[in-house]
Amino acid sequence: MAEMPVIDPQNCDGCGLCVGVCHCNALAIVNNIITIIETVECDWCTDCEAVCLTGAISCPFEIILQKP
Amino acid sequence: MAVQLEFLKSILYFSDLGLAELESIRKLVFEKTADRAEMVLLEGESAANLYFVASGVVKVFKTSAEGKEQILSIVRPGESFNDVPIFDDGPNPASARTMGPVLLYGIKKNDMEAILRDHPKIALNVIKVLARRVRHLVSLVEDLSFRHVIGRVAKILLEHIGGEIGRGPRLTQQEMAAMAGTAREVVGRSLKALEEEGAIRFDRHRIIITDKEALKEIMEVSS
Repeated sequence: MAEMPVIDPQNCDGCGLCVGVCHCNALAIVNNIITIIETVECDWCTDCEAVCLTGAISCPFEIILQKP
Repeated sequence: MAVQLEFLKSILYFSDLGLAELESIRKLVFEKTADRAEMVLLEGESAANLYFVASGVVKVFKTSAEGKEQILSIVRPGESFNDVPIFDDGPNPASARTMGPVLLYGIKKNDMEAILRDHPKIALNVIKVLARRVRHLVSLVEDLSFRHVIGRVAKILLEHIGGEIGRGPRLTQQEMAAMAGTAREVVGRSLKALEEEGAIRFDRHRIIITDKEALKEIMEVSS
């Protein structure tokens, strides 16, 4: 299963800005709440997080050390 | 699609105007649509129009000679961009690119001057918009000039290394910005700089530290 951005539906005001900036169509508004459509094409550009004013969508990074 | 009076009223510039005044301004507003990743303004070119975002999002940014991008602001519906050159007669100080499909409302520079002459009470709101812009940019200048954010971002990465894939703590750029005491835009630039230094690389939702010693050095030199 592809890792996808994280939605906090409590904070989503349904403005849809994230849907507009998502270039891989991974996001949709369903019942006025942002919903993730799983896709391997999400390249974690983080634009959805950048445009969200309410903090309802986030793209957390895992930080790991490269194995020698 | 006709320019909506309600939308004009929601723009800070025109929020104090009555319907008759808004109607007279509406005649001077034109619509412009653009698809994703279209350049709307180019830095250095002469400024012809003031723009308001009606729907979608626009990114305003500067580009260095080496091609590095620094985001100055993300402009959302109801907000304006390209205000400064409209009023100081200079060229566009920054470029603007759409982050998705957008609808813009534009007013030609000469028309904006006429609007200000005909509706002087707009001036106070224009000053408020410009003052907010100055405050935002002063904060950004402070971050970029006086704070060694890259060192702090390096430190944050080193302090949050996870043991195994899928097990480590996870941080958003917003959280890193809060930890480093800076803006998200500055964290984005710092991460790109660390990638260019060869200290890290991005693998989708993972930041992989490829050279821990280099990262430590950046942290020590820049903190």
